[in-house]
Amino acid sequence: MALKRRSTPRRILTVDLPMLAILAFTLGPYLWMFLTSISEESTLFTEGPSIWNATIENYTRLFATVGFADNLLDSLIVASGTVVVGLSLSVTAAYAFSRFNFRGKRILMLQFLLINMFPLVLLILPLFVLMRVLGLLDTHLALIIANSTVAIPFSIWMMVSYMNGIPRSLDEAAMTDGCTRMQALRRVVLPLCLPGIIATGIYIFITSWNEYLYALTLGGRNVRTITVAVQTLIGEYEVQWGLLTAGGIVGALPATVLFLAVQKRLISGLTQGAVKG
Amino acid sequence: MTDATMPHAQTQAAPPRRALARRVLPYAMLSPAVLVTLAIVFFPMVQTAWMSLHDYVLFRPNTFDWVGLKNFRTALQDEVLWISLWHTVIWMCTTIPAQLLLGLVTALLLNQDFPWRPVARALIIIPWALPSVVIALMWVWIYDSNYGVANEFLLRLGLIQKAIPWLANPDTALAAIILTLTWQGFPFFAVMILAGLQSIPRSYYEAASIDGASPWRQFWHITLPGISGVMVTAVLLRTIWVANSFDVIFVMTGGGPGYATYTLPLFAFVKARTNLDFGYGSAIAVLFTLLLMLVVVVYLKRTGKAVS
Repeated sequence: MALKRRSTPRRILTVDLPMLAILAFTLGPYLWMFLTSISEESTLFTEGPSIWNATIENYTRLFATVGFADNLLDSLIVASGTVVVGLSLSVTAAYAFSRFNFRGKRILMLQFLLINMFPLVLLILPLFVLMRVLGLLDTHLALIIANSTVAIPFSIWMMVSYMNGIPRSLDEAAMTDGCTRMQALRRVVLPLCLPGIIATGIYIFITSWNEYLYALTLGGRNVRTITVAVQTLIGEYEVQWGLLTAGGIVGALPATVLFLAVQKRLISGLTQGAVKG
Repeated sequence: MTDATMPHAQTQAAPPRRALARRVLPYAMLSPAVLVTLAIVFFPMVQTAWMSLHDYVLFRPNTFDWVGLKNFRTALQDEVLWISLWHTVIWMCTTIPAQLLLGLVTALLLNQDFPWRPVARALIIIPWALPSVVIALMWVWIYDSNYGVANEFLLRLGLIQKAIPWLANPDTALAAIILTLTWQGFPFFAVMILAGLQSIPRSYYEAASIDGASPWRQFWHITLPGISGVMVTAVLLRTIWVANSFDVIFVMTGGGPGYATYTLPLFAFVKARTNLDFGYGSAIAVLFTLLLMLVVVVYLKRTGKAVS
């Protein structure tokens, strides 16, 4: 804030140390969970988690006896399916919002914003009834549909903001060269906002991967995503904290890594609208 | 953001058939997304409202009797509804300000110059990326009455005399969950506010320090007005999200002990899930949505201005 260059000791006291404290608060629980997951179950309650006799026993048990690999596969199918549905339906819609003016544009755009704010509990009950009638309970499709209720409006908003960043004159140039609208979209606009599309896709993937309540309600014996699987470890095996925390680490890993990979672009897309507004 | 002049100028010159095609094109491009959301969002939503007017219990699938507003009347006389509403209010009025404050401090720190800033900025958002189930279980383990690190930490510091069963004690359960939710949500505020801070021109601060304004006065007169817009947006968005998400509570306590951590969306969900009373659950969900719409309307008004 202040422009004067402050001396290093003072900076350490007023910036570095408070920042470290906040980071400790932020990462502490996560590190504690990791530490628990590499401790031996037998010594966990007598000596507490410790790093000195680290073991991967919990992780091997997770895949060998609990069948975590199947759950990972279920999560992967659901999350990827949601990404495909979310992105493919919203590309043309975002282009229309970004490039045309038409009657009802404002209402339609706000409508997509409004959908994102409906309480999940309002949708989860009818979706359950609907899936039961259609015989889709306990299938990947049911979860993909449920996750799409959030993914479609979200990706429309994100992509509109990325497409607005690409000058219209490029589409027009393409169309003077004989492209149709759709060709201009496919050959000019899409390649240019590919980084934005990838970031949006990854965000959808993360939210679907992390989703729990739909997975719990609409899933079942056949389709059990990682989040539900982690939670059921409590019921089936008393509370084995070593196993449970190992499951937590494995379940959280893909999303965390992806998030760190795209955080910069994603945050610029997410905050753009808010800062302007 | 958008301009209408270009397509219109062309419409006049183009032959009528192409003009029609051009007018239909945006709607054609929108239709897949609109039709699908109609089917998977609006139709179910109307169905909830419809179910809330019926006696509909899932283990008696053949009875779907019209009862009018009976479910709503029962709900309003239900003591648990008022307990849940009260908790929802406490929960919102503590979680959001705590997240905002911690987020603001974090953003101000991240806006300073220090060597490991990019690392700090990347790590601070980790809670945001974690699945809420994992967050909930992680904190259940931290709060564990026998082996939890929270008790051990506080005992060592001498702040408490004996271990406290944080989640099993009705007096501390809600507070413990609020701390967890604060932890989960403050990075969102930090990131939003940081973006706001970076949009304030540096020249404002230069001018102010030439005029001899103290750092505190600079904060009060330049920084705060500069980020107030972002903060309001962030608070509204977060209010909506926090109100909607009850998965962390559901996993941590399931609403208990007793009704100590019941909130409205959780109440609706539990009613439908454990009692299979979809009519009643829908009625509570509808009531909750109506309340939430008050916040949503404010947010939409702000965004609506930005869109046009």
